[in-house]
Amino acid sequence: MSPPGSSPSNAPGRVLEARWLGLVEYGRAVGLQERLVPLRRSCRIPDQLLLLEHPHVITLGTGSSDGHILVTEEDRSRLGIEIHRSRRGGDVTYHGPGQLVGYPILDLKPDRKDLHGYLRDLEEVLIRTLRRWGIRGRRVEGLTGVWTEAGKVAALGVRVSSGWITSHGFALNVHTNLDYFGTIVPCGIPDRAVASMEGLLGTAPPMSEVRLEVARQLAEVLGAAVEEAEGLPGELDGEGED
Amino acid sequence: MARIEVPMPQMGESIAEGTVSRWLKKVGDTVERDEPILEISTDKVDAEIPAPQAGTLVEVAVEEGETVEVGTIVAYLDTEGGAPEAAEDQEEDDGEDEAPSGDAATAVDDEVEAEASTEREEQESAPAAESAGPESAEERLKRRSTPVVRRMAEEHGVDLSRVEGTGHAGRVTKQDLEAWLESGGDDAPEAEPEAAPAPKKAPVQQPSAAPSGSPDDLWKRFYSEVENPEFPVREADRVESMDKIRRLTSDHMVVAKRTAAHVHSFIEIDFTRVDAVRRANRQKWKDQGARVSFTAFVTWALSRILREYPTLNGTASGNNVIYRGNVNLGIAVDLDPGLIVPVIRDADHLSLVGIGKQIMDLAERARNRKLGPQEIQGATFSITNPGVLGTMVGLPVIPKGTSGILGTGAIEKKVVVVEDPETGTDSMAIRKRSIFSLGYDHRIVDGADAARFLARLKEMLENFPDDA
Repeated sequence: MSPPGSSPSNAPGRVLEARWLGLVEYGRAVGLQERLVPLRRSCRIPDQLLLLEHPHVITLGTGSSDGHILVTEEDRSRLGIEIHRSRRGGDVTYHGPGQLVGYPILDLKPDRKDLHGYLRDLEEVLIRTLRRWGIRGRRVEGLTGVWTEAGKVAALGVRVSSGWITSHGFALNVHTNLDYFGTIVPCGIPDRAVASMEGLLGTAPPMSEVRLEVARQLAEVLGAAVEEAEGLPGELDGEGED
Repeated sequence: MARIEVPMPQMGESIAEGTVSRWLKKVGDTVERDEPILEISTDKVDAEIPAPQAGTLVEVAVEEGETVEVGTIVAYLDTEGGAPEAAEDQEEDDGEDEAPSGDAATAVDDEVEAEASTEREEQESAPAAESAGPESAEERLKRRSTPVVRRMAEEHGVDLSRVEGTGHAGRVTKQDLEAWLESGGDDAPEAEPEAAPAPKKAPVQQPSAAPSGSPDDLWKRFYSEVENPEFPVREADRVESMDKIRRLTSDHMVVAKRTAAHVHSFIEIDFTRVDAVRRANRQKWKDQGARVSFTAFVTWALSRILREYPTLNGTASGNNVIYRGNVNLGIAVDLDPGLIVPVIRDADHLSLVGIGKQIMDLAERARNRKLGPQEIQGATFSITNPGVLGTMVGLPVIPKGTSGILGTGAIEKKVVVVEDPETGTDSMAIRKRSIFSLGYDHRIVDGADAARFLARLKEMLENFPDDA
């Protein structure tokens, strides 16, 4: 068995389109993914990596317990935090500005039909990204995500739709205001700290550089060539915006 | 209309079980092929499980929130047209009587399971015999609860066989256990013992003339039933239930070892010639899209000589010997974990390159769990290759329903003494050599036959023809 992330490259000419979408409201990002998944399944678009940030939002995965939201309804609306129940795996998490969110829309069929293998691949992408800034990220057995000495720096939550098409993905704390994690029990694991790259480095790396590195590393793990793309795939043009 | 089973699919090599998080379809709904019918979750992934065929969802066997092993039937579909009727009561059955290819029984491919079980019904004796054993079928099924439930039971000191299971096949679910604990466990009035819901059509024990314990009965149990003794768990231990592949493999190995009179013989074979042929043709074969492994050479050579040794291409069957009319070679493929033995049919009709291509294709599809049921059945002789991992030699188990298996050892450079054919002078040379083992059923294969067979194989490989 080859170590995670070191799989040989895919079919020649495989392309990963990386798209920077800026600040996107959570519900809109979910809707966008739901429209991209069938396009990827029917091969009308190549593999995608949506990179974005969300406004403050608490999301619940299918494995979530409401008990893991610690903030009162009142405080929540005062802080301007939305709540969404999502169709990804995993428990509760927080997203907000300063956190790089990546949603890969990939076809795993050709060579990586392995749900846990895919999680390990995403962890590898993030660990390699962190290494570029000298941060030692690591896996913790049984606790999916990427961990550092200061705590969890990246969270994962993935959905695989019929035909092995992925959506949802990962959230990497670049310069997230970690106080917001106080409103939840991250991933339902109490007593585990959350970390950010800024906290670990003392200064925040530029978001633009982190996202380029993430795209480059995902492409490398997939054995694909990365192509930076602007905005949304043209294939969506014919369809109504939500 | 045909009723087909929808098993929990294998969604990755480290995934032994999944939790049904949501049913997307309900009983009575019609579904298209590949349309998602349920969602499962495992770790931080949620995944949709598509319908294997178009049809109507007629039964949901696992509830939302329940965690089940890979291979467990989660639903039944009614399909239109000629889909094979799956034997619905065979799901927990371990007696694999038909598939003669050794590890064929280990294959857990959805289709494989559905079809392989059709022919067994009449010979079925296992479930009935089970109840005669020290542990009832019901108790056994209950013990096969998920690790979460077993851990909970352990923490609370609950004997799971005392808890009524409402889950699939009478399994005790987390909810059952919680309800049991709430109701005060053993102190509560004992529930009426109910028959286990599965096996649904447990064959009724025929009122037989032979009383239990008669020689007939004992022999039947000896050959068809496997009882696995249990051992105490110590503090730092971890206990996991075997998944279906492991269970089938385990039972098959026990029955195979019990049935055939295993003997093994060894021979050392020089691979210098094969190596030369392989090097000389590698580029040509590559251009033809083929990779011809050492195993392909061995398979080719075997296929050419097996007909000369019909007992090795046959099987003992009751008081008869069946000499097989075809040469179908089973090739063990390591799935890490697990093992499957796809079959090259009529290997003696294929060229060396043809065999190389088939091995590549079958191994690839075995690893992707894409083999059809017919592709893992009907082996008349098997090959296993422990040498690929560096082992010098192995003592392989002869798959049930065959009488021979060849184990190929690691091919390594060795210093050997060679004689100059002209001068008769001895000198040392470096040669690629490997030790092969032949496992054979001594009931029908004599030692001298085995020795002649191995010598013939050696001769064939050491003088490998150019035009194979």
